[in-house]
Amino acid sequence: MSPPTRWEMFWRTVIGRAYPRIIGAQRERSWLFFETLLPLLQVSAFVFIYRAIQAPPEFTGFVVLGGAMTAYWLNVLWSMAAQFYWEKETGNLELYIIAPTSLMAILLGMAVGGIVFSTVRAAAVITVGLLIFRVDIAIVSVPQLLGVFLLTLVALYGLGMLFSSLFLLYGRQAWHLSELLQEPVYLVSGFYFPVRALGFVAALGASVIPITMGLDAMRQLLFPTMMAQFHFLDVRIELGVLAVLSVAFLWLAKRVLRYVEDLSRREGRLTVRGQ
Amino acid sequence: MSTELAIKTEQLSRVYRMKKREARAGAREIIALAAVDLEIPRGELFGLLGPNGAGKTTLIKILTTLLAPTGGHAWVAGVDVAQNPWEVRRHINMVSGGESSGYGLLTVEENLWMFAQFYGIDGKTARRRIQELLEIVGLADRAKTKIYHLSTGMRQKMNFVRGFLTDPGILFLDEPTLGLDVQTSRTLRAFIKDWVSKRPDKTVLLTTHYMYEADELCNRVAIINDGCILACDTPGNLKRRLRREVIYRLRVTAIVDPENLFQPLRGIQRFSHAKVDGQTELHFILKDENALAPILMAIQHSQGELISLEKRDPTLEDVFISLVGRGLVEDEGSAGSTEGEPG
Repeated sequence: MSPPTRWEMFWRTVIGRAYPRIIGAQRERSWLFFETLLPLLQVSAFVFIYRAIQAPPEFTGFVVLGGAMTAYWLNVLWSMAAQFYWEKETGNLELYIIAPTSLMAILLGMAVGGIVFSTVRAAAVITVGLLIFRVDIAIVSVPQLLGVFLLTLVALYGLGMLFSSLFLLYGRQAWHLSELLQEPVYLVSGFYFPVRALGFVAALGASVIPITMGLDAMRQLLFPTMMAQFHFLDVRIELGVLAVLSVAFLWLAKRVLRYVEDLSRREGRLTVRGQ
Repeated sequence: MSTELAIKTEQLSRVYRMKKREARAGAREIIALAAVDLEIPRGELFGLLGPNGAGKTTLIKILTTLLAPTGGHAWVAGVDVAQNPWEVRRHINMVSGGESSGYGLLTVEENLWMFAQFYGIDGKTARRRIQELLEIVGLADRAKTKIYHLSTGMRQKMNFVRGFLTDPGILFLDEPTLGLDVQTSRTLRAFIKDWVSKRPDKTVLLTTHYMYEADELCNRVAIINDGCILACDTPGNLKRRLRREVIYRLRVTAIVDPENLFQPLRGIQRFSHAKVDGQTELHFILKDENALAPILMAIQHSQGELISLEKRDPTLEDVFISLVGRGLVEDEGSAGSTEGEPG
């Protein structure tokens, strides 16, 4: 039997590591309650505020879309960035490292599994949200919408890969980074309102989180009339920025991962538990 | 480096530098490995024997590319572990004692398949090997069980299968039977022996602090303590070093302060003691038979009662005691015991 090529090993690793996430979600059905109904409560709170102040009905759509995208953000923070911390604690990390595969393939596998899992959650939130709150959408361009959505995910999970390399080195200390980012990003990325409300400079700064422009562009493509007055940048520009962020984060993640792996090996931190 | 050598180290060292706030005055460095030289030919089952903290796991971590050395060199399968860790990984796998790897929601079979994917093994080959190996370790009936339902022993059997599944050229077994019951340990030792005997080109580096495990399995054994290799030879040759000495094992009712009791006596080359089931077990390496009588008298004077006395052939433990001046903690019952050395 001939040894596998690097390419074969890479893709087998991606599939292998994605498997537990996809299968695990099917075997632990409790997520249906925790991951779908609970986020809807938060969405509902914002919907009722907008209704109480008689905001245009499109704002309900903004909130439902933002609520759906929280699935990805939480997944990136806690199941991508923080994942190596858990893997280290359970002893999986050292097995990943001594395997002849690439850590990027492991991370990509986690990302693919996480995207599949989070998409089910996001789809459930959107479907239930649209049905309960009767949101009307008018899609401007399906290809553009798909393009924005996919690029947002690529850039977002690229950022998650970048964060995860920090966890290789810092372990529990990096935990605070995730905690620090979770709630503020809901605010600065405009999960429940158009990000332009923050002002141009703040919105531009927040755009380093890919979900900021992703949400803005998707809202423009789903609710064109209302977003005409609230949009941040033109959809094509946002698509371009998302493409740049995707490439930049993936490239950086690869470089940083290699650097941090070497540094952790030198400092003896790869297998230190309870850090 | 000769390609016939599976593993070679030259002056291999690892020093941990502690941060100022973590270090006591004058103790800012911990030497985990001190200039270790080893040569392990291809096809050998090599044992590394030493107490906890001796440097065994540090050495394995360096050889498996998990830790960088701070001095010296190490080659695995002819490849420098510091220069080219990625190439080393194509030749190795590792199983550690008390390992809790894998994902609880997946079955035994699925976990093993997943790890096989990281080595690029195609699905059909992986499934065939998994089935064969699970049969051998007696876990085939649990193939469809989620691993959070497995006992510690079953889990370790699965870990063994994971390590051997990739058919590595060089396998590192780090305390592989740690904490397992007698039957499971025996099954796994038999498995290792069988695997090596059928594959003469494979090399196994086994670390253990169980003397009988090293004695039973290994072609050669290195005794390591405080990061230094003290002796390296076949178990038979190591034991022959003590052929002139007389070795006794005594079990007595609990004795207070054995060091003070036996230290003044002549003719004792080394001794160690451990508390076992509320009694004291004493190992003596004596110059000759004449040294025994004063020991028995000392026990009597200390109000101790002799329960059993056994004269026996040297074991690896005696070799260890003769080299290090203290015994190895063999089981939980003796954990926390103190060992001493007469002057």
